Amino acid sequence: MNEDTQREALMAALEAVAERVEAEKGHLTDLDSAIGDADHGANLDRGFQAALEGADPEAAPDEFVKGVGMALVSKVGGASGPLYGGSLAHASTAFEGGIDAESSVAFAESYLEKTKDRGGASVGDKTMVDALTPAVHTYKRAIEEDEVAPLTALSRAVDAAERGVEFTTAIRANKGRASYLGWRSVGHPDPGATSTLYMLEELLGVASEYLEGETDAELRVEGEEGDEGEDGEGAK
Amino acid sequence: MIGIVVVSHSETLAEGVVEVATDMASDATVIAAGGIEDGRIGTSVDRIGEAVEAAGEGTDGVVVLADLGSAVMNAEMALEESDVEAVIADAPLVEGALNAAVSATGTKATLESVREAAEDARYMDKT
Repeated sequence: MNEDTQREALMAALEAVAERVEAEKGHLTDLDSAIGDADHGANLDRGFQAALEGADPEAAPDEFVKGVGMALVSKVGGASGPLYGGSLAHASTAFEGGIDAESSVAFAESYLEKTKDRGGASVGDKTMVDALTPAVHTYKRAIEEDEVAPLTALSRAVDAAERGVEFTTAIRANKGRASYLGWRSVGHPDPGATSTLYMLEELLGVASEYLEGETDAELRVEGEEGDEGEDGEGAK
Repeated sequence: MIGIVVVSHSETLAEGVVEVATDMASDATVIAAGGIEDGRIGTSVDRIGEAVEAAGEGTDGVVVLADLGSAVMNAEMALEESDVEAVIADAPLVEGALNAAVSATGTKATLESVREAAEDARYMDKT
């Protein structure tokens, strides 16, 4: 993808994620009311609407992603602001040279690292990290070791995130507001892991439009496609 | 003198803690950064950043106290973006703010001594 297409894809990704968050606002809030403070859907929706309003379609990819992150930081009002927005802003520097397979892996890893660092959560704490970690690791492995097309890698990452969300249902929360509930948090999927999965699904949808026809045989790590732009963003 | 910022999910809680702290230390600079726009529950990087700037005016640094989860995360982000020399105290909100306010106006007060005073509050016995 050339830079114009990257910009277009990023805007499409933001619109898709914002729309999905808006559509799932009630559901995310229901999940959060079971084990949290019932504001996850409304908080994320407020943040993404602000990100849409402030988005600059002419911005370079790294600046665009940073802008989305900073809008979330400013407007979300809960832990999702620094976790989703701060991590996006931090990881955006991976796109300084544009979006391609390699930079998308760097973006995803940087995003995951920042999220874990900021929230102090590890896998098994019943947080977004439980969906994010397998997704990022799966994506990286698919690109770097299996050498599949970014679209295929992203599809595998979404599957991994979905299993991560299922995993959060069964376990007890050790981080976040749900940890105050102790064992009563068991049996409910984590809202942050769930919204992370929704975002990845939307990124996959947008990536499919922009990378249609690109097959594993054609695409290798050095592929210039940059498809993953969304993917990286998906890391949110 | 060291400035103090009180971060809470609730605007009224933050203001209440400031009220209690300055009742004991009336000349201390203690600034509230609670809630988000429209009086909703939450914490705002922008609000915290503005409070830190204000508390940094004419002081030798700022100690930040925060309540739950995202208050700490948002305070961290605000400090990363601020030029003010500031630290977060890992302390209970009310007792920590009170301890910090009392120690902040001492002539020998430093960023570190005020943070320690706030953090010592977690060992105070109430009964």
